[in-house]
Amino acid sequence: MLRGFCGGGSFVSLKAINVDLQTDAALQVDISDALSERDKVKFTVHTKSSLPNFKQNEFSVVRQHEEFIWLHDSFVENEDYAGYIIPPAPPRPDFDASREKLQKLGEGEGSMTKEEFTKMKQELEAEYLAIFKKTVAMHEVFLCRVAAHPILRKDLNFHVFLEYNQDLSVRGKNKKEKLEDFFKNMVKSADGVIVSGVKDVDDFFEHERTFLVEYHNRVKDASAKSDKMTRSHKNVADDYNRIGSSLYTLGTQDSTEIFQLYCHIPLFYFSQQKIEARVSADEDLKLSDLLKYYLRESQAAKDLLYRRSRSLVDYENANKALDKARAKNKDVLQAETTQQLCCQKFEKISESAKQELIDFKTRRVAAFRKNLVELAELELKHAKVTGIYFCFHFRQLLFHRIIEVGLEGTL
Amino acid sequence: MAAEREPPPLGDARQPDLEELEDGEDLFTSTVSTLESSPSSPEPASLPAEDISTNSNGPKPAEIILEDDREDLFAEATEEVSLDSPEREPILSPEPTPAITPVTPTTLVAPRMESKSIAAPVIFDRSREEIEEEANGDVFDIEINVSDPEKVGDGMNAYMAYRVTTKTALPMFNKNEFSVKRRFSDFLGLHSKLATKYMHVGYIVPPAPEKSIVGMTKVKVGKEDSSSTEFVEKRRAALERYLQRTVKHPTLLQDPDLRQFLESSELPRAVNTQALSGAGILRMVNKAADAVNKMTIKMNESDAWFEEKQQQFENLDQQLRKLHASVEALVCHRKELSANTAAFAKSAAMLGNSEDHTALSRALSQLAEVEEKIDQLHQEQAFADFYMFSELLGDYIRLIAAVKGVFDHRMKCWQKWQDAQVTLQKKREAEAKLQLANKPDKLQQAKDEIKEEIEEWETKVQQGERDFEQISKTIRKEVGRFERERVRDFKTVIVKYLESLVQTQQQLIKYWEAFLPEAKAIA
Repeated sequence: MLRGFCGGGSFVSLKAINVDLQTDAALQVDISDALSERDKVKFTVHTKSSLPNFKQNEFSVVRQHEEFIWLHDSFVENEDYAGYIIPPAPPRPDFDASREKLQKLGEGEGSMTKEEFTKMKQELEAEYLAIFKKTVAMHEVFLCRVAAHPILRKDLNFHVFLEYNQDLSVRGKNKKEKLEDFFKNMVKSADGVIVSGVKDVDDFFEHERTFLVEYHNRVKDASAKSDKMTRSHKNVADDYNRIGSSLYTLGTQDSTEIFQLYCHIPLFYFSQQKIEARVSADEDLKLSDLLKYYLRESQAAKDLLYRRSRSLVDYENANKALDKARAKNKDVLQAETTQQLCCQKFEKISESAKQELIDFKTRRVAAFRKNLVELAELELKHAKVTGIYFCFHFRQLLFHRIIEVGLEGTL
Repeated sequence: MAAEREPPPLGDARQPDLEELEDGEDLFTSTVSTLESSPSSPEPASLPAEDISTNSNGPKPAEIILEDDREDLFAEATEEVSLDSPEREPILSPEPTPAITPVTPTTLVAPRMESKSIAAPVIFDRSREEIEEEANGDVFDIEINVSDPEKVGDGMNAYMAYRVTTKTALPMFNKNEFSVKRRFSDFLGLHSKLATKYMHVGYIVPPAPEKSIVGMTKVKVGKEDSSSTEFVEKRRAALERYLQRTVKHPTLLQDPDLRQFLESSELPRAVNTQALSGAGILRMVNKAADAVNKMTIKMNESDAWFEEKQQQFENLDQQLRKLHASVEALVCHRKELSANTAAFAKSAAMLGNSEDHTALSRALSQLAEVEEKIDQLHQEQAFADFYMFSELLGDYIRLIAAVKGVFDHRMKCWQKWQDAQVTLQKKREAEAKLQLANKPDKLQQAKDEIKEEIEEWETKVQQGERDFEQISKTIRKEVGRFERERVRDFKTVIVKYLESLVQTQQQLIKYWEAFLPEAKAIA
């Protein structure tokens, strides 16, 4: 069981992915605590609000991942929100890989020295903690995005989610429902292809569509490659660790004269390893997480465009139906009403979609800027600190050359 | 930034406070030890530490050199490492330094170092090391290079010829500079000759590089890809190291076969180095026999030194193998990292292209460029990792096998001596029996014969004893030499490796520093 204390402040880095989430007094949401049990994580959602909708000004509830997904899905299924970018759902907490590694380590305990084992265990625990913190941050960002959205924050389901202090009885989807979802998605993507064939009159949306499709694909690619790069860094760091312990063992077993020399190199390698691990962790956070998040957001934006296109197609179909009805002079009123509704829906979506897409761009640019600047600063800091380590070790070696020279004279 | 400071000299027993180092803030608030070396004592110098705590925020103690400019930090480090450069003025702090006992060659016998300044050792270092080497006499004026691998012939009969260039001022050679063309089997032939002549008397003959059927076949077949060029380069470097190690050995340097190898333009082909030749098969049979013998010989080790050393070498062998495996993994992973970084760079460039916000687009392209350059760095680093570290470890693993071989020869020598003693004893018993026998006619002849045999075996026993003592003495000397060489080799490599790492870091800093303003410029 792992407990993480996550006040709003400690996840500034993840919140930076969504800059401009200025929390205002009207509604502030954060995850104040989280508990990791065998296979689920329990988040403590803490709300502070001056809105009259809530019974109290400040309150907390415990929620699990499935309940977040329920909330997200309720937004997606709500027709009224068709014109908004629905904040992407947080990914499922996944500790499997980490748990596997810990298990493997436990099994391999006999084959390595005590120091090695303790070191690796520490690292795996740190990794576990990092994943834990990340998943908490992802869930928090989702809630904050909803709370910051002028329309979504008023959603009733959202309020229930925040306030209702008992289990929402939202079970995860069973097999039948998952299958239904699968088919729904297939239909949707097929439809999406059809709908995207329709050329848009509005230049803004036409441009946005082309842009988003391409952008989404490239972000996907960049995200995957960034992940691979981060993992490679981690591998190199692990290698340094192993080399460091080997050198250390060598040093302790060796004849005293040479010990001095070897003693420093392991230190050097250990320090290298720590830095490499840091580099990879930072890259992970600033680059990989950023890309992953915008992968999901760009998908949400694409979904918005899809919904708009869909409503456009519906509108055009309604127009055609109306023309046909007028020509046949049959069911004209019905056709007119349908056409009116479609028109309204389409215009409503278009209006809000435009603003949403502009906001998306602003958010994106700001987030990239912040993260790229921080990435560069961190990499610089690491490179400089590593340089200092090297200089230190240089000096140690110089010292020992002198000592060894003296010693050799007596051999 | 003056925030990060030049680390003060630390004694060996103290670890830098790594946690603080990572924060990049207070570098070394841990204690500083002064060093006193008294090499004249029989024990290895223990280093009494005088604690001087540094308060990084307070007034800096006089001993610490101030290095505000990071560039100097690197520059000085690299400078101090290159011993070949001319004597340089040590960088002293503006405050008065404590009295430093100057070390001149004449006072080498009992050097005392009271320097608390890190720069002072630079003065001492060079002169003492030079003198030390001369005293050991292990530096000979001979330099060997192996270069220009050339493919000769075609198809399966093709081979690579390497140019071996020797530059020397030693009188035993006819010229000062000369070069010959040799092929891989020539090197193996040389090693085989030297080994047969010198290993059984206790000299550690450096082993030749290993054969590689796969590698050579690729080259023969004519594949001009990167893996075969890599293979040839690896082999060339290995052959060079092999020759350099061999000529460093004072006894082997005198050997006429070695001289012939280096000098004569034509060399008889060493056919019996081929695995499938008659000699090759004989070798394998001998090896098997040896292995069996080793298990059956139970030696009464009268000298604890040998037992200790054997155990040490056994441990060292194990550890080196483990380390070698880890370093090879590192090389592999670094290559992977380089490939992944390159892939990411391309991807980031594409992303930058599709981004419609101009400043962000530019920044992303810049990021892509930075990552590409970093990829190059990673590649070079992997190269360095490999050639400096991994190959050295491989060499030493093979060298240790040679050392173990020498110890085995000593055991065999002992066995021979013991066998001679046993035979002598038997002959003496036979003589005694003859004395008591009552066959007068054959007696005198037999007695004479036995007497001769006894004399013969007595000489053999004496010879055996002398041989054994000789081999023991030689091994002691050789092991000492081996240890010194090992230390020297590792030191050189570590220093070179650190140098390469420093350069990598400097480059990294440059790249990220160039990128930062671009990132900040995103409006």
